[in-house]
Amino acid sequence: MLRMLVRRLALGAITVFLVSLIIFAGVEILPGDACTAFLEREAQGQLLENCRQELGLKRPASERYLEWAAGALTGDLGVSANGQKPISELVGYRLRNTLLLASCSMLVGVPLALLLGVVAALWRDRLADLAISTIAIGAMTIPEFVSATILILIFSVWLGWIPGIVLTSADAPVAEFFPEILLPMMVLTFVMTAHILRTVRSSVIEAMASDYAQMATLKGVPYWRIVFRHVLPNALLPAINVVALTIAWLLGGVVVIETVFNYPGLGRMMIDSISDRDLPVTQAIALIIASVYVGVNLAADLLTMIANPRLRTMHMRKG
Amino acid sequence: MKDTMTVDPLIRVRDLSIGFTGRSGITLPVLRNIDVAVRPGESLGLVGESGSGKSTLALAMMGYLKHGLRVIGGEARYAGLDMFALTRRELEGIRGGRLALIPQNSGQSLTPTLRIGAQLSEALRLHSKLPEGEHAVRVVELLEQVRLPDPSAIAGRYPHELSGGQQQRAAIAMALAGEPEALLLDEPTTGLDVTTQAHVLELLRDLAAETGMAMVYVSHDLGAIARVCDRVVVMYAGEAVLEGTTREVLRNPRHPYARGLLASIPKLADARLPLALDGRPPAPGQAGAGCAFVQRCAIAGEGCRTARPELATLPSGARVRCHHADRVGSLPARAPAETGRRVIAESDAILSLGDLSISYARPGILDQLFGRRPTATPTVDGITIALAKGETLGLVGESGSGKSTILKAVAGLLPPAGGRIELAGDGALPPLVDDRRPDQLRRVQLIFQNPDESLNPRQTIAEILAQPLRLYFGLSGEALRQRTEALLESVRLGAHYMDRLPSQLSGGEKQRVAVARAFAAEPDLVLCDEVTSALDVSVQAAVLDLLDQLRRSRNTAYVFVSHDLAVVRALSDRVAVLYQGRLCEIGPAAAVYAAPSHPYTEVLLGAVLEPDPDTAPRLTAADIPERSPPARGCPFQRRCPRKLGPQCDTDMPPWRRGKGGHSIRCHIPHEQL
Amino acid sequence: MAVASIHRRPSFTARFVGVTADITARPSGAIGLGLVTFHLMLAIFGPWLAPYDYKAVDANLILQGPSGLHWFGTDHLGRDTFSRTLLGGREAILVTGIATPIAVLWGGFVGIFFGLVGGKIDDVLMRVVDAFLSLPWILKMLLLIVTFGTGIEVLIPTLAFFYGIPVIRIARAATHDVVARDFVQAARARGHGKMTIIRSELLPNVRDALLVEGAMRWSWMLLAFSSLSFLGFGVSPPTPDWGLMIADARGYMSFAPSGVLAPVLGLSSLIIGINLTADALAKALGIDRAQKAPV
Repeated sequence: MLRMLVRRLALGAITVFLVSLIIFAGVEILPGDACTAFLEREAQGQLLENCRQELGLKRPASERYLEWAAGALTGDLGVSANGQKPISELVGYRLRNTLLLASCSMLVGVPLALLLGVVAALWRDRLADLAISTIAIGAMTIPEFVSATILILIFSVWLGWIPGIVLTSADAPVAEFFPEILLPMMVLTFVMTAHILRTVRSSVIEAMASDYAQMATLKGVPYWRIVFRHVLPNALLPAINVVALTIAWLLGGVVVIETVFNYPGLGRMMIDSISDRDLPVTQAIALIIASVYVGVNLAADLLTMIANPRLRTMHMRKG
Repeated sequence: MKDTMTVDPLIRVRDLSIGFTGRSGITLPVLRNIDVAVRPGESLGLVGESGSGKSTLALAMMGYLKHGLRVIGGEARYAGLDMFALTRRELEGIRGGRLALIPQNSGQSLTPTLRIGAQLSEALRLHSKLPEGEHAVRVVELLEQVRLPDPSAIAGRYPHELSGGQQQRAAIAMALAGEPEALLLDEPTTGLDVTTQAHVLELLRDLAAETGMAMVYVSHDLGAIARVCDRVVVMYAGEAVLEGTTREVLRNPRHPYARGLLASIPKLADARLPLALDGRPPAPGQAGAGCAFVQRCAIAGEGCRTARPELATLPSGARVRCHHADRVGSLPARAPAETGRRVIAESDAILSLGDLSISYARPGILDQLFGRRPTATPTVDGITIALAKGETLGLVGESGSGKSTILKAVAGLLPPAGGRIELAGDGALPPLVDDRRPDQLRRVQLIFQNPDESLNPRQTIAEILAQPLRLYFGLSGEALRQRTEALLESVRLGAHYMDRLPSQLSGGEKQRVAVARAFAAEPDLVLCDEVTSALDVSVQAAVLDLLDQLRRSRNTAYVFVSHDLAVVRALSDRVAVLYQGRLCEIGPAAAVYAAPSHPYTEVLLGAVLEPDPDTAPRLTAADIPERSPPARGCPFQRRCPRKLGPQCDTDMPPWRRGKGGHSIRCHIPHEQL
Repeated sequence: MAVASIHRRPSFTARFVGVTADITARPSGAIGLGLVTFHLMLAIFGPWLAPYDYKAVDANLILQGPSGLHWFGTDHLGRDTFSRTLLGGREAILVTGIATPIAVLWGGFVGIFFGLVGGKIDDVLMRVVDAFLSLPWILKMLLLIVTFGTGIEVLIPTLAFFYGIPVIRIARAATHDVVARDFVQAARARGHGKMTIIRSELLPNVRDALLVEGAMRWSWMLLAFSSLSFLGFGVSPPTPDWGLMIADARGYMSFAPSGVLAPVLGLSSLIIGINLTADALAKALGIDRAQKAPV
């Protein structure tokens, strides 16, 4: 088990390292650099030379990568091309806001998804299941900007209950984001719930058809006890990884939702930085998001290891 | 039925038919008009091959139907209660309590996330009146009752931490928790090693005697039935075709199917090939108006095709579903002649293995960094065997003995850790497939255990057979077609099989295709890896016969790996016994199967169950799971009933040669074995 | 031998017809396939069906509500929303329709090949795949688009490249399942070359998984494409595109909701159609789609 843990941690570290290489190389290969972006039309001749000199862009790429990576490890993400502010400062509140949005959605979405998934599985092919599964397909497939737009139309334009756009500034205290955060949260929850519940449904169905569920029936165990004691602990194990993957995947979806609702999070900042060709900021955000992705998956693996007796007791079998 | 109806039957199945709705909307029966009664304390065997409906019948006795099945007619009563009319709550009270099940595959039937102790105390909570506080003590008692060593430790383990035999015992303990009046056993020893199986069966016999429980024992294995049951019902295509006392059914079966089934079982004491029972049972709904067995029956008359025989009671009290029960005795019971066994000089060896060792341990990252070689004890070690042209070498051992591993290494799929693999005329073979020359590859072919796995489900039979023909002989077009046809003929399948997919063939037919594919290469050596163990007995006999025919006509050598000693006996010229990847004994078949034997061979032979009510297994060694890595010194020391002392712990025993090329590796001299 | 009816392997057309029949046998599959066919037809015949020129601006008709002349009203430039909705999927279907097969083919091949070869190269490849997957799709796409522009000559290769990467993972996993089976071991033991094993043993068994994967990739690519348009990084005006139309009409949503609802209907019905079809296809081929993570 310890070996698996170490191995898993090492793999995560390697992935983050590769991501940093890809990000750096990607930005490096693309035409244009921080100076051409910053100076825009004036970017030529001496001015450009000076700027590049100043930002140290003339040094070899490997040297700059090492410096950047070493900085990132200590929390120093460099300075932005536009405005020359330290990126860690710019990112701080944005990251908090995105995490706030994501965790609020998770708190509602994960329990909801588990509940609906189990209900759909136990009443398989009945009305409840058909309704849940159909809505889930809709939620999974309709683009976030579409469902966001519809929700704004219903709740802000027609009903006028919740503001359709977030006007709170990035560095405001958490409490001020309510109730503006509710609509983006709903969209995120909607999509997340759909993905997770589909997995839960299918693994509960599989576990209900298993030999051990049949054995429990033939042992005279009451139905609900079979469901809660024999089936769910087994069926929900694979859900852990899917929850993680879904969360990680939503980081991409958050970008769109933040833009739609004008929510001051990391995703909108990323779009802005790309539009402004502020490459240092883009690099930094990419690295942060990738690290979160790797971290969430790692956490899911650890949780599975702890929850699954097969993995937990591995050392006994290996002797 | 005999007039022993003084006691009311505990389980009474009357005219029960169960079926499912097929694709075309027609009801297809899987059980037809079953009439069975089990009295208190009685032990009834349900025997039949796959698809005969025996498990469905056993589960129906608990009022349980697998998904999609429904009762077409009749009833199943337990202690007078109609099991299909009870409410869910009433069923919950009976199941696991008065009537308990021991499942086929305990490894999958125990809930993986619950400890053994928790699963047992759940059964206690549901079905005993014991106060909660005494459950822990009772759990240990139950585990003790099924003879599990260190019961309190076992109670704290998860199912996957137990060996197959231990899981089965835990499942038995769970069934005993409710102090049942009747036990249903659904193939409880299938998948276990021979020695473990024999121990579990003895345990069940003892328990039945101790507690006076009735038992319904479902199995395809007449040997196991013979050991445990008083009465037997033989099932065929969803019908009970023969019912009688175990002795009568085994000694004088009055139904042609039962007789054919018995004749197709290889026997330890008989070196002849068993008699194949050709054909296969009709699929549900395909039985037609007549007797379900008519297509495979040698004594069927015109009336058998049109009228379904009734279950008739014979003077002996047995009941049989056959129009010609009086003529069944005229059918042959064994193959006419003994196949010639040869002792062949080792000089003209086609294959020789020299001190072969195989290790599964792979160097870890650190080992690679420092260039260290793994020092773990190899899984297979010191294998030195020579095989002559046209000879069949049987390789026997229990699971984990390394028998399949050796075949993989010879085939080049696993790199050996040391030693030589030599093919006559070619010298030492390169260890891996990728480095071998096409001609070397052609000369050695492999047949796998399960044809469902070894035949590509997406290729037609013609495409499957074309693979080796194209690769080794560059055949194409008409030549390829003709050769494919000839191959199919040689394994007794017609040319019309060419365009079929494997899923459209029966298990036996698929394995014939796999045999044909191996022989397409015109090999000198065919490696057979448990080639009959996925097949029903009657089909197994046909495949054994086919392999023997091909060997004779082409002078091919076989290495025949199996866990079944009787099957090995029927086919092999020489036999090698493996334990934990080490050879214990090797010699001509007749010598290995006769005394003197290596203590392990003796244990193995003693555990074999014969379909004979008068034989009992001799269980000499303790049933403990082996550990890995294998012990230093003699590999069998941990389980050996005749262990001498410290020398067995430290020294690998020497090979001692006996009469007729028979060698045993034991510290005990031949004369004393 | 039991001489029942002689079964033959179904030909490609027979299998195609069989699978299609199986899909349409389920109500959801029939609806899905119907929607997809409808949209494909629209994409082809749209220009002949649209009642107005999609780029005809009319200052007198700005943000009109639905009427007999303009069924879905008009947009902020006075263009007919119905005509623009009819044509709004063409670009998206064209781009994703070309990019999807490319993505499945290259990702599938790489996945199968490395799944078979295994070993260290395979480990390294999987780390690179992981690294790519850990970056949000939108970031990867935007970086390229901002640099190279939003023409289809950029969008198609970009989408095909990035959406091929998750296919590698699926194909590799499917291959691993097959490689462990005895028939591949048998082919190896006979000494067939890697390409022969891929072609005759692996591909036929991995093909179904790839087909379902392709259908899913298509819907996700559409999602990405329209999201990009919505954010202003996709199709350039005045080409009608659902994503772009929704973005444009959002500002006037309070008094002309039909401008948003029409393209929403178009986009949603296509994507739901594809997903229903993919679900039914997976069931018809015997693959459980729900177990897969949405990466």
